[in-house]
Amino acid sequence: MIDKIKEQRNEAWRVELRKKLKAKDRKAIERIVIPEEDSLERIKSQRIEVNRPITFDQAQTEASRCMDCANPTCMEGCPVGINIPGFIKNIEQGDIMNAASILKETSVLPAVCGRVCPQEKQCEARCFYAEKLNLPAVAIGALERFAADYEQSNQTKSDQVNERVSNGVKIAVIGSGPSGLSFAGDMAKYGYEVTVFEALHEIGGVLKYGIPEFRLPNAVVDAEIENLKELGVQFVTNFIVGQTASIQDLKEDGFAAFYIASGAGLPRFMNIPGENANGILSSNEYLTRVNLMGADLAESDTPVMTGKNVVVIGGGNTAMDSVRTAKRLGAERAMIVYRRSQDEMPARKEEVHHAEAEGVEFLTLSNPVEYVADDNGRVSHVKIQKMELGEPDESGRRRPVSIPGSEYLLEASVVVVAVGVSPNPLMTNVMPELNSTDWGTIMVDESLQSSINDIYAGGDIVRGGASVILAMGDGRKAAKNMHEKLIGN
Amino acid sequence: MKNKIISKVQLSDSIFKIEVEAPLIARSRKPGNFVMVRVGENGERIPLTIADANRDKGTITMVVQKMGVSSAKLCELNSGDCITDLVGPLGKPTKIEKVGTVLACCGGVGVAPMLPIIEAHQKVGNRVITILAARTKELVILEEEVRKFSDEVVIMTDDGSYGNKGLVTAGMEQVIARESIHECVTIGPAIMMKFCAETTRKYDIHTVASLNSIMVDGTGMCGACRVSVAGKTRFTCIDGPEFDAHQVDFDEILTRLKGYQDKEKLGNKLQEVK
Ligand SMILES: Cc1cc2nc3c(=O)[nH]c(=O)nc-3n(C[C@H](O)[C@H](O)[C@H](O)COP(=O)(O)OP(=O)(O)OC[C@H]3O[C@@H](n4cnc5c(N)ncnc54)[C@H](O)[C@@H]3O)c2cc1C
Ligand code: FES
Repeated sequence: MIDKIKEQRNEAWRVELRKKLKAKDRKAIERIVIPEEDSLERIKSQRIEVNRPITFDQAQTEASRCMDCANPTCMEGCPVGINIPGFIKNIEQGDIMNAASILKETSVLPAVCGRVCPQEKQCEARCFYAEKLNLPAVAIGALERFAADYEQSNQTKSDQVNERVSNGVKIAVIGSGPSGLSFAGDMAKYGYEVTVFEALHEIGGVLKYGIPEFRLPNAVVDAEIENLKELGVQFVTNFIVGQTASIQDLKEDGFAAFYIASGAGLPRFMNIPGENANGILSSNEYLTRVNLMGADLAESDTPVMTGKNVVVIGGGNTAMDSVRTAKRLGAERAMIVYRRSQDEMPARKEEVHHAEAEGVEFLTLSNPVEYVADDNGRVSHVKIQKMELGEPDESGRRRPVSIPGSEYLLEASVVVVAVGVSPNPLMTNVMPELNSTDWGTIMVDESLQSSINDIYAGGDIVRGGASVILAMGDGRKAAKNMHEKLIGN
Repeated sequence: MKNKIISKVQLSDSIFKIEVEAPLIARSRKPGNFVMVRVGENGERIPLTIADANRDKGTITMVVQKMGVSSAKLCELNSGDCITDLVGPLGKPTKIEKVGTVLACCGGVGVAPMLPIIEAHQKVGNRVITILAARTKELVILEEEVRKFSDEVVIMTDDGSYGNKGLVTAGMEQVIARESIHECVTIGPAIMMKFCAETTRKYDIHTVASLNSIMVDGTGMCGACRVSVAGKTRFTCIDGPEFDAHQVDFDEILTRLKGYQDKEKLGNKLQEVK
């Protein structure tokens, strides 16, 4: 792989392209400012994507900032090792379709990853500009999105579809989130008859029920799903493996091997007094009601809690998605309550900035300790305790320590709890022979095989709540290993 | 076409029995299981307990009372129509053991989910006494089916228009006074289950309640269905729907069921009367 990347770098056109512009001149170009919908306009609807597309020219200019380093450290920052200089130099050259196909060598869902990966902690953190020049990194995420969107809108039905020859071996995938989808795509390309089983009525996992339209339009996810259908992947919704039918039933139906990608769907609560009052809900419930069930639309039958003061507990992407959803549902005050400081928030930086621009308030170094309800059992206040930062903990972040006597009441008509998720126990409950950890994650070896032969697992069900790119990477890895094992047999 | 309705029978003014094609669920469901149902592309997901299943025909039966938007939409469908989405079976099945005499207390549409439970109890050799409680005669449904799986049936109506006059608890007291009961099962409106639990608590009779929480996904993903049992938060959809009635915080359930009442979209209200 590395050799191939070196080889590509030495191709004549790449050498030519590098010479076209001096490093000094590349350095002088300023990082692109991604155009955004106006913050007052965009909060009027859940369905306006915040980041607008960039133009062909803008993409080429940004791509020309990339120095095409001999030792591309950015790739080390990417959890799946995307050939970053390869795709960026194709953009600079103007060959966007080729850039997209380089992305697809490693990432099945580049249009998704370009939008939701925490690039500032991954590839962009390791970009030469950021590491050595102390300048803003090349906007790798934006370029990834550009190339993938370009491909989606200029797609001529790829010819690989017609050439596909089925080997007749049936493979079942459990869960249609990014991990299941990427596994399915690769196995279909290897020639297997792949069926994806999904418990919900929609395909996409968190990409559909969790991440809102303003950050990741459903149309982008659907386009990727269409591609998989063209590859011959079958989708069965409303099917809970382990309940509707067991793995054993599916084996009898001829499925030879399984990939479990059932995600970390179980919301955690804090178990503090008053948490079961009305108006207090998990971020999963809040986001599912809106994103999956369309509760923001008048024609939907599903209701959602709304109110003047919405308090969201947590500092991750889920918290940001919830608090920005609250703004869009009309909250006067939409607030983040987070026990550490803003620097420690695990959410993508861009989302925090977008939230600030939209008028979200940040109450940091604050922790809820109790909820107070009115006479009807509906939450009215959150009792907040102030925190200060102490010694660093195992994660290297400074541990928040409570300040005694600092408690005060904050008015709240809706509270959204976004403090993390646990693995979905639907599969492990009914399959005791599937080894799992104390936290409920499925145990796998390096090849991602579980304690049962022919059952592989990956994504959040193995890692606990992780990320789209890691879930996707697991899918690819499991596909490769399963394929090798099946043909080895 | 999936989830095709093959028959629809009106049991009372607002209660319908709907039999639908669902071969896989018919095969895998156990007493106590429920399904999630969605009608139309803008429909809400609502939980409904499986009242009966026929493996050979590949069908399951649900009993629905027209209450809010979502239950009404379902009741408006007819034979030959298809239910947009149907998924299951969900929830932990009822624990059925040979214990002796089982007292089954059902109120309103709660009779429907009780049927597979009493059937299973009879199968393992338990004596089954069923109390069928309703506001008035018109609302006493499925009596014939209940008789099939019960050794004795006591009918209670609030207004005395049929059977004995009085609440379900009055019937319970009578039975408990006369013979020893080894287990009690209760399914019905939350308020009724609360009083059933209070009644058996006095006599220390182990009691199981099938809870009717508001749900969204039914798969453990959202926590909308959370309840307090023995002081701990549990999810009705994956930890239940049946819990030890003496450990359940019914007052919290009664409050939570009102959670969306101020909303125009009242689909979930159906659950209150299950
Ligand atoms: C609100 C939110 C925002 C996020 N934002 C980001 C972000 O910006 N960037 C990022 O990288 N990550 C983000 N994440 C995390 C990321 O979405 C997850 O890490 C990723 O989706 C995990 O993928 P997965 O395929 O393992 O599981 P999931 O996406 O959870 O999919 C699992 C699917 O399996 C189904 N399923 C479960 N059990 C069964 C069964 N027995 N039978 C059939 N189907 C079953 C579930 O219904 C679900 O659809 C976010 C998560 C949330 C909740
Ligand atoms: S209904 Fe969502 S967790 Fe039970």
